[in-house]
Amino acid sequence: MSVRRLDPVQPDAFKFSPANLKWARDQMKKYPKGRQASAVIPLLWRAQEQHGGWLPEPALRAVADLLDMAYIRVYEVATFYTMFNLSPVGKYFVQLCGTTPCWLRGANDLKEVCRRVIGEQQQVTEDGLFSWLEVECLGACANAPMVQINKDYYEDLTAESFEQLLADLKAGREVKPGPQNGRQFSCPEGGPTTLMNGAAESKKSSAAKSTRTTKRKPSTARTKSATKRGGK
Amino acid sequence: MLKDEDRIFRNLYGFEDWGLKGAKKRGAWRGTKKLLEKGRDWIIEEIKASGLRGRGGAGFPTGLKWSFMPKESDGRPHYLVVNADESEPGTCKDREIMRHDPHLLIEGSLIASFAMGAHVGYIYIRGEFIHERERLQAAIDEAYDAKLIGKNNVHGYDFDLYLHHGAGAYICGEETALLESLEGKKGQPRLKPPFPANAGLYGAPTTVNNVESIAVAPDILRRGASWFAGLGRPNNTGTKLFCISGHVNRPCNVEEEMGITLKELLERHAGGVRGGWENLLAVIPGGSSVRCLPQDCCQSLNMDFDSLAALKSGLGTAAVIVMDKSTDIIRAIARLSYFYKHESCGQCTPCREGTGWMYRVLDRMARGEAEKREIDMLLEVTYQVEGHTICALGDAAAWPVQGLITHFRHVIEERIDQYSANPKPEGAVREPAAAE
Repeated sequence: MSVRRLDPVQPDAFKFSPANLKWARDQMKKYPKGRQASAVIPLLWRAQEQHGGWLPEPALRAVADLLDMAYIRVYEVATFYTMFNLSPVGKYFVQLCGTTPCWLRGANDLKEVCRRVIGEQQQVTEDGLFSWLEVECLGACANAPMVQINKDYYEDLTAESFEQLLADLKAGREVKPGPQNGRQFSCPEGGPTTLMNGAAESKKSSAAKSTRTTKRKPSTARTKSATKRGGK
Repeated sequence: MLKDEDRIFRNLYGFEDWGLKGAKKRGAWRGTKKLLEKGRDWIIEEIKASGLRGRGGAGFPTGLKWSFMPKESDGRPHYLVVNADESEPGTCKDREIMRHDPHLLIEGSLIASFAMGAHVGYIYIRGEFIHERERLQAAIDEAYDAKLIGKNNVHGYDFDLYLHHGAGAYICGEETALLESLEGKKGQPRLKPPFPANAGLYGAPTTVNNVESIAVAPDILRRGASWFAGLGRPNNTGTKLFCISGHVNRPCNVEEEMGITLKELLERHAGGVRGGWENLLAVIPGGSSVRCLPQDCCQSLNMDFDSLAALKSGLGTAAVIVMDKSTDIIRAIARLSYFYKHESCGQCTPCREGTGWMYRVLDRMARGEAEKREIDMLLEVTYQVEGHTICALGDAAAWPVQGLITHFRHVIEERIDQYSANPKPEGAVREPAAAE
C-alpha cells in the first residue's frame, strides 16, 4: 500500500466540459440501471485528462454528484488507484517501470537519466514540461526497459535513447512511440522465428494499418463515447 | 516446434491487418453461427475435452469453470467478465491479443457468453493500456457494425460487449477485486464463498476468464477438441503464449506448444541466454509470483503446469524472466517484494504488514546488513503470510522469497559474511546501476 493524500493546494471549482459531460452520461449507460457508480473510474480518468493530468478535489465531488455517490466513496477510489495523480504533474508525465523485468535490463540507468534531466521524483520542472515517477510493471516486459509518457509507451530504451527522447520532447520535435530500436512490437529483434509468411507481407501492410486507427469514424453514440478522447 | 498452421494467434506481431477483414481472412468469425447452433452443452463439453486450462495463472480447467454457471436463470442476469488487467510482472501477452488480434477475443466472448447464458459481457482492461483500449473498442465497434454482436445480430443471440478500464491496481487482476472495481469500488478482494458463479458482478452469476482463455475458445471449437488436446502433454494441452524477458539475446512473445523445454524455448525464439546457456543463473518461469528455479533445475525442464508444480514453482502466466550470472539475485527478489508491498490492497493484516516487513528485511539482506538467523525468521514469516489472506496476493508475495531462500541461501549467507568482515555504510555490495 502506498499513502496517498490530496494536494494541499486545490482549485475552487471543477466543471466537466459539455463534451465530456455528454461522454460521461453515455458511459453511465454501459451499466445496468442503478449501477451507474461502476463508471467512477472512467469518469475520474476523464476529469484528470481535462484538468491537465491531475485530479483536484472539486473534481471528485463533481464525479460523485454525477454518479449519485457519497463523496467518501469517490475519495476512496481516487486515493486507492495509483493512476490518479493527486498533485500536479508535468506536461510530459514520465512513468518509469522499475519492476524486476525492466530492472534486469537497465531501468536504473533510465532512473539516473530522469534524476539528471528532470530532477527528483514527483517534482515538476520549472518550465512545467516534465515530472517523473517510478511505477510498477506496465506490462511490456518483452520490450524492457520502458517508460510511459502520457498515453504512449516507449520501449527497448537505453540511457542514450531515453535522454534523446526527453530532449526531443523538450524541443518540441516529433517522437515515435513504441520500440525505440526499430523492432516490430514484441517480435524478436532481427525478425520473427515463427509465422514467417506473415512477416513477408510485413511492413507495407502494417504501415498502412497503423494510420487507419486514427482515421476511423465512430458510427454510433456508443462508439463515439468510448473512442473519442480529449476534450481538454 | 509448433507448426505455423497450429498457431491460434497468427497476427501476434502485428504484421497483418488487425481489423475485421484481416481477422476474417485468418479464420475468425467463420462458422460461428454453426458452433452456437450445436448448443451450450456441446460447447462446454468440447472445451472440457480439449483440456484447456485457464491462462491467467491458476490453470483451472476452463470448461469446468463454465459449467459452474447456473443452467437456468433465476431472474438475475448472467455475466461474462474478461480479465484483461494484465499486470503480473513479466507478462505481456494479452496486450498483443488485444491490439493485434482483437476479434479472436470478441468472438470468444460471444461464444463463452452463449455457453453460460450471459447476454452481457464486460472486458476489464488495465488503465495503462490506453492505445490497446482504443484498438479493442474500434474492433468492438466493427463487430457491432457488422451485426456480429449486439441486439438482433446475425448469430441470433443478443449479446452486448462493453469495455471497462481500471486505473493502475495490480490487485484488480484478482477476480473478486476486479468485480469490486467494476462496481465502482476500491479493488479489495471478496471472501469466497459465495463464488462469482453464484454471486458475482452486481450479485448475479458471473464467470471471470483471462483474455487468452477466451481468445483460444473459437479456434478450439472450429478445429475440434481433439486437435487442441493432441498438442502438448497430458493434462497440459494446447498452445500457449510465452513472454520471454530479462537476460536473453532477443526478448519476445511467442506462441508455442505447451510442455516445450525451457532450453528450446529460449534458444529457438529468444536467441538464447545472454552469454550462453552456461551463463544462466535462474529463471522465474511463470511471472513474478512463482518460485524461481536455479540453473540445475532447468536442464530439461518442460514448460507446463504439472512439470513446474512438481518443482514447487508454477507455469503461472508463462512469463519467463531469465537471469544470467551477473544478476544480484537477492536484489532482484527484493525488487519483487517491493512490488507486492506497493500493490497490497491493505485489507488483510498478514499481507499489508508482511509484504512491507519482507521487503525491508530483504533490502537489508541485499546489502549484507543482516544476521544469518534472520534468514530462517524471514522464511517463517513467509509461511505466516501464505494462506492467511483473503486472496492469493499474500501467497504470491511469499513464494518468490521462499524460492530465493530455498535455492540461494548460500548467496545470502556469503553477502552477510562479506558485510560483517568489512562493514560499510553502503553495504557489502554497492547497488549496481543496473544488473548488468
